[in-house]
Amino acid sequence: MLLNIDGHDAYCYAGGKLFDATLPTVVFIHGAQNDHSVWVLQTRYFAHHGFGVLAVDLPGHGRSKGAALTSVEAMAGWLLRVLDAAGVQSASLIGHSMGSLIALETQAKAPARVAKLALVGTSYPMKVSDTLLNAALNDEQSAIDMVNIWSHTSIAQKPSFPGPGFYAMGGGQRLMQHISRHSDEKVFHIDFSACNAYANGEAAALAVTCPTLFLLGKRDMMTPPKATATLTKAIPTAQVVQLEHCGHALMAEQPDAVLDNLYRFMTR
Amino acid sequence: MSGPTYPGFDTLALHAGAAPDPTTGARATPIYLTSAFVFKDSDHAASLFNMERAGHVYSRISNPTNAVLEERIAALEGGVAGIATASGQAAMHLGLVTIAGAGSHIVASRALYGGSQNLLAYTLKRFGIETTFVDPRDLDAWRAAIRPNTKVLFGETLGNPGLDVLNIPQIAAIAHEHYLPLMVDSTFTTPYLLRPFEHGADLVFHSATKFLCGHGTAIGGLLVDGGTFDWQQAYEKTGRFGELCEPYDGFHGMVFSEESSVAPFSLRARREGLRDFGAVMSPHNAFAILQGVETLALRMEKHVANTRKVVEFLVAHAAVESVSYPELASHPDHALAKTLLPKGCGAVFSFNIKGTRAAGRRFVEALSIFSHLANVGDAKSLVIHPASTTHFRVPPEQLVAAGMTEGTMRLSVGLEDVDDLIDDLGRGLKASQKGA
Repeated sequence: MLLNIDGHDAYCYAGGKLFDATLPTVVFIHGAQNDHSVWVLQTRYFAHHGFGVLAVDLPGHGRSKGAALTSVEAMAGWLLRVLDAAGVQSASLIGHSMGSLIALETQAKAPARVAKLALVGTSYPMKVSDTLLNAALNDEQSAIDMVNIWSHTSIAQKPSFPGPGFYAMGGGQRLMQHISRHSDEKVFHIDFSACNAYANGEAAALAVTCPTLFLLGKRDMMTPPKATATLTKAIPTAQVVQLEHCGHALMAEQPDAVLDNLYRFMTR
Repeated sequence: MSGPTYPGFDTLALHAGAAPDPTTGARATPIYLTSAFVFKDSDHAASLFNMERAGHVYSRISNPTNAVLEERIAALEGGVAGIATASGQAAMHLGLVTIAGAGSHIVASRALYGGSQNLLAYTLKRFGIETTFVDPRDLDAWRAAIRPNTKVLFGETLGNPGLDVLNIPQIAAIAHEHYLPLMVDSTFTTPYLLRPFEHGADLVFHSATKFLCGHGTAIGGLLVDGGTFDWQQAYEKTGRFGELCEPYDGFHGMVFSEESSVAPFSLRARREGLRDFGAVMSPHNAFAILQGVETLALRMEKHVANTRKVVEFLVAHAAVESVSYPELASHPDHALAKTLLPKGCGAVFSFNIKGTRAAGRRFVEALSIFSHLANVGDAKSLVIHPASTTHFRVPPEQLVAAGMTEGTMRLSVGLEDVDDLIDDLGRGLKASQKGA
């Protein structure tokens, strides 16, 4: 569905159903240079199992218009305006990579509006190497290839994503290229710069009061599990789950395990 | 500093899509000869049917053996998804009817395999899909043939029978100017010789029966989605492709372009086309084709090397009127072939023997290594004489119109010792001229 946020179309995928704000709402937030479609399996399941689903396309990504936002704080503010526009007072937030920082910051800004927090493939600080930042600015295809290769642990994901017969690594590459084609900006560089600059993660985590899940890929090279220590220490009550045979593209490499952990967490 | 690199072609040919079997540890891809797959519980069943989980339900829709082949060809082509079909014809049909229906129009090269020509000119026409055929070398003709109801441009990477090299970059540019996809039949080239997505094509299909299988043992087709074409943008600009961008009643109102930003075509092709037309590949055939794909690079190198020597021999032979192979300077697409096909122009080509139908018959009947049959892309060398087989009722003047003569031969050069092949052809050519 399309909402109007700050004068621009803001697209939210609702999991294949009409969004119903009277149901418990789960918001899915994608990472850098991605869009809602990375969550297609999990969002469809939640939407058909008692939840209202909003899988956003961040501004400048996919179907959402407007300039890409340049800081995690600005993205969190935008997300709260999405909740307002959708008529949602309180929601659980699930974020992947950059999306996990947005979820964390949203909780810090408006703790009363966040019921649960699931941080998927996260780290803090989420530092991006100069090599990757420069590539994102000057040679975007090279940055896409680096991230795509580092995000996958295998060329044989089973049962593959979004289903049998799809080549997950090819899909990852094309999605990032698709985001590039749809924007005149250097979205990848903007996203990476926002991750790199975000400095409120530890403070935000120390203030978390809602149930929290860390869902990590054991072989994640982009946000390795050890780089999550600052956040997991700051939220000692959080549940931490590490998935086997899984890199940074958790939803593509282990879609069922991601879904099962998220659904258990959201329904307990 | 150099960055990380993707696995190379040979590695993908052996490993993409396949992991050791988690239950048995089997290293080779098992043949899952099962019609259906047991659900864990009712919720699992419902979630598989409703695309909330990835997995197998029924082998007409997906099968683990087929999935390995599908993911492997997608990786080798540089695409996002593959679909294994009962034959190459089924792959072509699935590709076209996923986006075209009654009232649609296709622009196609006129230099096509006879089966493809029949499907477009006669069979799809019966279902309301019209095709305009154009000279594949005439770029203006491609552009001029596009209508408001055109859904796709289509050609073969190497056309039939003259091996016209499809100018994929230019024809793709014309297609994309009109927010249309370009689909190509890449059977003769395979991803080893040409990766059409790198040059602008959006959809590829193969008769996997040929070089991908490589041993003449299985019929099958593969449809590959490059994930390059922006169906949603085309829909917004032209109103075309509502099949992918509007709610589909046949799948609970699913809007495929919302489910996947890059592969809505493959979602619909599988969830509608495989489900309803049902032209799926047997897992047994998928296994046979996988064995071929594992050695594709090795075989294609030898196919091309042998072909080059055979072509050289034929060009110099007194009984040969002409040879049509794009690596020859005399071929009209020689320059384009150098650009698009630097590794070689395949192993199927035609040449003309001096003389009439009778000379052609004498040639074919004198051969002992080349098998006279209607197939190409086997490890074994093959030959067919169109004027005495597929076109035996066609008068000489109509043969010329179709780009042939009474002495036209089509060879598919195999992997035998090339000196033996040349000896065999020499015997045939000598016999062809007896009584001439």
